Amino acid sequence: MSILTYIAGWPLLAALALIVVPRNYRVIIRAIAVLATFISAVLAVKMFAQFVPGANGFQFEQQIPWVESLGISYHVGVDGLNVGLILMGAIVAFAAALCSWEIQTREKEFYILLLVMTGGILGAFASLDLFFFYFLHELALVPTFIMIGVWGRGEKKNYATFQITLYLSIGALIALIGLIALYLQSGANTFDIPKIIEHAKTNPLAVNAQNFIFPLLLFGFGILVSLWPFHSWAPLGYGVAPSPTAMLHAGVLKKFGLYGLIRIALPLLPQAAQSWAHVIAWLCVGNILYVGWVAMRQKDLNLLIGNSSVAHMGFIFLGIASLNLIGVTGAVLIMIAHGFLAALTFALSGYIYKQTGTLQISELGGLCRKLPFIGTALLMAAMAGCGLPGFANFVGEATVFFGAWKAFPWVTVLSLWGALVIGGIYMTRVIRNILHGPLPEKWNSISDASSTWRKLPYALLLASLLVFGFLPKLLTDKINPDAQKIVNMATAGKNADVVIAPRSSGRESAHYSLAENQSRLTPAATK
Amino acid sequence: MNASLISLEISVIGLGLVLMLADFFVPAERRRFIGYAAIAALGVLLVAGLSGNGSCSQFGTAFNGMFVNDALSLFFKRFFIVAAILVLFMAAEFSDRLAAGSIAEYYSLIVFALAGMLFAASSNDFTMLFVSIELITITFYVLVSFQRGKLQSLEAGVKYLILGALSSAFMVFGIALIWGTTGKLNFTELAAVAPQFADSKIFLLGVLFVLVGLGFKIAMFPFQIWAPDVYQGAPTPTTAFLAVGSKAAGFVLLLRVLFTAVPSVTHNWANLLIIISGITILYGNLCAIPQRNLKRLLGYSSIAHAGYLLLGVAALSASGQAAVLYYLAGYLFTVMAAFMVIALVLRHLATEDISGLAGLSQRSPLLAATMTIAMVSLAGIPPLAGFFGKFLLLKSVIETAQVTGNHGYYCLAFTALAGVIISLYYYFGVVRAIYWSKSATDLSPIELSAPAKVSIWVCIAGMFWLGLFPNMVLNFANEAAKVLGK
Repeated sequence: MSILTYIAGWPLLAALALIVVPRNYRVIIRAIAVLATFISAVLAVKMFAQFVPGANGFQFEQQIPWVESLGISYHVGVDGLNVGLILMGAIVAFAAALCSWEIQTREKEFYILLLVMTGGILGAFASLDLFFFYFLHELALVPTFIMIGVWGRGEKKNYATFQITLYLSIGALIALIGLIALYLQSGANTFDIPKIIEHAKTNPLAVNAQNFIFPLLLFGFGILVSLWPFHSWAPLGYGVAPSPTAMLHAGVLKKFGLYGLIRIALPLLPQAAQSWAHVIAWLCVGNILYVGWVAMRQKDLNLLIGNSSVAHMGFIFLGIASLNLIGVTGAVLIMIAHGFLAALTFALSGYIYKQTGTLQISELGGLCRKLPFIGTALLMAAMAGCGLPGFANFVGEATVFFGAWKAFPWVTVLSLWGALVIGGIYMTRVIRNILHGPLPEKWNSISDASSTWRKLPYALLLASLLVFGFLPKLLTDKINPDAQKIVNMATAGKNADVVIAPRSSGRESAHYSLAENQSRLTPAATK
Repeated sequence: MNASLISLEISVIGLGLVLMLADFFVPAERRRFIGYAAIAALGVLLVAGLSGNGSCSQFGTAFNGMFVNDALSLFFKRFFIVAAILVLFMAAEFSDRLAAGSIAEYYSLIVFALAGMLFAASSNDFTMLFVSIELITITFYVLVSFQRGKLQSLEAGVKYLILGALSSAFMVFGIALIWGTTGKLNFTELAAVAPQFADSKIFLLGVLFVLVGLGFKIAMFPFQIWAPDVYQGAPTPTTAFLAVGSKAAGFVLLLRVLFTAVPSVTHNWANLLIIISGITILYGNLCAIPQRNLKRLLGYSSIAHAGYLLLGVAALSASGQAAVLYYLAGYLFTVMAAFMVIALVLRHLATEDISGLAGLSQRSPLLAATMTIAMVSLAGIPPLAGFFGKFLLLKSVIETAQVTGNHGYYCLAFTALAGVIISLYYYFGVVRAIYWSKSATDLSPIELSAPAKVSIWVCIAGMFWLGLFPNMVLNFANEAAKVLGK
């Protein structure tokens, strides 16, 4: 049994176990959920440490035939693209389980759904079979709707639930059609992703088929990732979601669509990806600039964080659209960094909401005096959100900009402005209006996270951001070789002058330029 | 002639007669338990007769090719017997709502309808088709209006009678036209001569009329009008058998007629099938949205599911046909689970309003979970049977779209998606009523009898089994679909 099966399996097993635990054994229910996610996280760290960068093929592989007649098998394995995502997912899931103390009603159902969601999404990231890739994502997605519908807060709960269900179901189903069409068109007669890719190397898909399938995947996955203009479900949904759900969805589940684009769409549909790259690049300006502006105007902390999280998706799309090694590596870096960041910010806003009962920015103020730990954590999260060196986000964003510069200079300029100026403005506003200034009298009785248990999730997520911020090499060494493979396939047949990492000497030159970037970044980060 | 091929059908009819006779000897208050004897007998037939090398699972034809035993009929015979067993469990729970002592008659009618379905699974001739369909339909007229004291049940019975008679008339007319032009009634012989009549309007009209008759059975648009009323008014076990058994019988006959009798015509009618399937999906799902009566809601949802099943028929491919069979297998356990819960929970209520489910999560966690799983499976969400079935159907449609280049299939696939999304709304409405309704007045726990528990666990296991381990049933379905491709 592969370690990956255990990472995704423990939460699912725990969910099954919880069914038989009586609902008044609250402590035991919570302990089982926390323990299962903790085991997952520890195993994920172990797997991450044992991963050999640049090894050929997938590691920790396991394959069990499931439906032979259709070529579906349970196939898991990691390479540089998903090893970091699984680590991030497992850590965020553990943090989310720790933060679930704020749920006071129907705890049993909540923890079951949380565990199903965790197991589903970790399995989806580990999956190397198209069918299970989709199946496990769907398994993780449906609990989200129920959790928002039942444990959500605020008056807009029903509307937001309705909207998020509708949007995400449509996105998932469009992607499903795209995946089925891809399976049929590939002619490999298997759902196994490595086999399809291997098959496509000798029998590439016809260009008109690619041009039909790519938009299905782009917009299907795009809706799931809140690609502008299909993003409106996200701020609203996260605004009303209970914070553990928002943490897991914004942090982990949302990366599924991006991972799908990189893992499946780029290598299998290269011509279509090249012709759609411009569209993606300009749409992501919508994410970064437009949604950034929208975020500036928000009066509710959760809506602001939700919008800023949508804006961050733009950077990842930009990295994918640049179709070169640096851009794709940067995209994977931001996926991981943003996972920690989104989880951290939603966990913090959840804490503030629990204490004050409101997230209206105008009603808050001076909270840093009463909540030194939470306040500091929020300050650091805000700094990470606007791309301060030292946090993992900076590494990713800077890498994406280096990658995108050659492909889309104008888009990059606009995005830089969006990242540095707009992001800076709304994040510093948050800090000023919520943490500094006079403390309204009604908040005199609120209390900070006191015990180690309460502090642990925030500390864990912050530590992860800092570790990967200072040592991006931990990730880039792993991502680089496999991103190179993806980029090679995605740029096959492209004109030589546009290719940034040519096939013959691409490895070396790309390594060189990336290493150069890092050496430029790291001193800045340590300052 | 090889009469031993119909030994299964003869045994089932014999069982029906024994059940009727038992009416004379068993005192009224104990007649309920006759049902368990019938279940045991059917269980023996299923295991002994239809398992891999069972005595009734040999292949061959009888009665001059009118009756055929092949992989397709074997698949459906297993299906019908499992369905009948679950319906008998339900009927035993329902007996207190039928006229005193009449339950044995109800059991025997179910078994007779089962015999009709078994014949339908094997029919390879229009005469056989008509006789088996009439055996099913006429038994159902009685089954639908079995609660004679209840106005709704009688109303449903009359509606079903009138529309059923009308559709039978269409079907007979169609058969007559086919026979008149071609001189053939046997499907195999007809397939050989059908291409010659491809331009004969009368022949095509005949095929169309047969399609009308079968469309009535499966509740496809525009012959779906009866379904909601009859589902609502009929006794719950009847509704369940109508939703599963009668619909599946319609589908096996539809597959046989379209793909073994007149394949040459069918391939010209791809667009007709696409349009009918799309409209059926949209009609069923859209009309289900405002429904408050649970059985009526399932009536509309059953129309929508007929539309999904037609996706596989419209795909005109072996994978499409296999998908239809697989989907029906999943549908069997899902719908039976839902109706079992309805029969048990809404026992003392005059209407079957969704609000009657309020507080079910406290009254009986098992029933609440069963209903939830059934709704989730109907909505097509993993890891349950409905998801894998819908996946296969969609896959077959897109496959045909790519092979033929007919863009109508892509439109159909997107229509099906729209249907799935609409259906999320009303299926989750039911789940919401179970867990989050605040208006629960009756919170008394529901006592479940041991047989009821057994049947519920069978349904739950079936839904998970078909969702998580599709291999075995899918292989059966693929084998069965090969018969149609010959």
